[in-house]
Amino acid sequence: MMRDRRRRVVSHAIVLLCGAAVVFALIPLALVLFYVVSQGIGSLNREFFTHTPAPPGELGGGMANAIVGSLLVTGIGAVFAIPVGLLAGIYAAEYSGTRLASSVRFAADTLNGVPSIVIGVFAYGLAVLPFHRFSALAGGVALGVMMLPLIMRTTEELLKLVPTTLREGALALGATRARAVFSVVVPAALPGILTGILLAFARVAGETAPLLFTALNNQYFSTDVRQPISTLTVQVFNYAISPYADWHRQAWAGALVLVTIVLTCSLVARFATARLERMHRGA
Amino acid sequence: MSVDVPAVPRTPALRVPAGPSRQAEPPTKIAVRDLNFYYGAKRALDAISVDLGANIVTAFIGPSGCGKSTFLRTLNRMNDIIAGTRVEGEVLIDGRNIYAPATDVVALRRRVGMVFQKSNPFPKSIFENVAYGLRLNGMARGRAELHGRVEESLRAAAIWDEVKDRLHESALALSGGQQQRLCIARALAIKPEILLMDEPASALDPIATQRIEELVYHLKRDYTIVIVTHNMQQAARVSDRTAFFWLGRLVEYGATDRLFTNPREKLTEDYVTGRFG
Repeated sequence: MMRDRRRRVVSHAIVLLCGAAVVFALIPLALVLFYVVSQGIGSLNREFFTHTPAPPGELGGGMANAIVGSLLVTGIGAVFAIPVGLLAGIYAAEYSGTRLASSVRFAADTLNGVPSIVIGVFAYGLAVLPFHRFSALAGGVALGVMMLPLIMRTTEELLKLVPTTLREGALALGATRARAVFSVVVPAALPGILTGILLAFARVAGETAPLLFTALNNQYFSTDVRQPISTLTVQVFNYAISPYADWHRQAWAGALVLVTIVLTCSLVARFATARLERMHRGA
Repeated sequence: MSVDVPAVPRTPALRVPAGPSRQAEPPTKIAVRDLNFYYGAKRALDAISVDLGANIVTAFIGPSGCGKSTFLRTLNRMNDIIAGTRVEGEVLIDGRNIYAPATDVVALRRRVGMVFQKSNPFPKSIFENVAYGLRLNGMARGRAELHGRVEESLRAAAIWDEVKDRLHESALALSGGQQQRLCIARALAIKPEILLMDEPASALDPIATQRIEELVYHLKRDYTIVIVTHNMQQAARVSDRTAFFWLGRLVEYGATDRLFTNPREKLTEDYVTGRFG
């Protein structure tokens, strides 16, 4: 009897402990969201989305150029990183036992751990110095390098989850190895891979450091990839360290927009995955 | 190819003696000569030699790990994709060695279809599952022919009536037995000469199993069928010839009724009477 009671008490205590840990883990997220929304919402208006920054000392202005710039630079990064990451991930999963595959895997994990500021320096050397010019393209290269290991590793992990029997089924019908991979194995893992890509996109969209000396910043509205470009993160950073109250206000608004973009990506990823999975299962 | 001298005596090429009461021996479709198979250093098949007849059902029986599935998978070189495996000896299909260096493995697998232990429909629609091999091998010109071939294959696998109104729904929504028959339809679609079945009913309930067995019985008119099973009753029901494997060796091979009622080897007798296994 006593032992029974003790067991129940211990069990409850552990469940409680786990629950407390969950709450504790969620507190920072809740606080960040609460702060960003409460501070930023007041400064969000039409002008914020349609205007470029006002000169120092003048009130008003917006971050239209930075919002477009952020999407553009992250998009350029995705254009670089998706094909390379996908193919590298497929290689690593298909030729999983080879030395090259384990080297690639190790390289990706190392790259994933490289501080983003160092990636910025790398992109500076690669895409700024040779052209003597900061550019959206250089920013895209930096973000692409950051996305690459994320996409590669998710792709690899998800492909490995596809049952071998599916691959064998395709081979048994006279498919070549490449055909089996691209027509059966990859489609089976596609929902998860798409989620991984979107999450990688959301992850690097919030990066500031790699953009500081690649995309730099731009006062004006620009979509020219060969020119410096404004991004939300750099703009928020610049405004937040400025001495002007109006810029602080705008920095909060910029942060709110950024968080919204990132959250939307994550939600779309989750929703789309669930839908695709359901289509696959045919339920 | 060199063959290591095995510790145990080689199994001679086993043939069914043509006794007076025996039906005529079918022509040989697959002739296996001194086949050894290794997973790394471990020998999984030991000097297998056997002739498998055309248009009959041959069953491979034996306890788990005896090499029957491994042997089946050497017949369409499906083991090639497993790293660290090695084959010695010859497998002749219609007299040509499929392990000869010039063999086109992809073309081989088109001739030697396979159905797996666990049904493995692609995460696509029912129609697309059957059309996959047809498209792959360019076997249908135009939509009408493609549809015709898909229907023909689904009928041959005795599943057409159950799926004809839901061809474009996901194959994964089918029951286990239906999925397995769909996989058979998919294999039949590309008109193989030989159909290898690796315990095709082991995951199915008795009714679904019976449907697969009936199907096997009907299919042998058009196909040479080799079926692996751990169920001796099933072997007795569906097959014309049975091969009994034990520890990677082919112990006995012969007409199914003879092997079950009058086994020549002590091991076979112990196994079919349930003394081990």
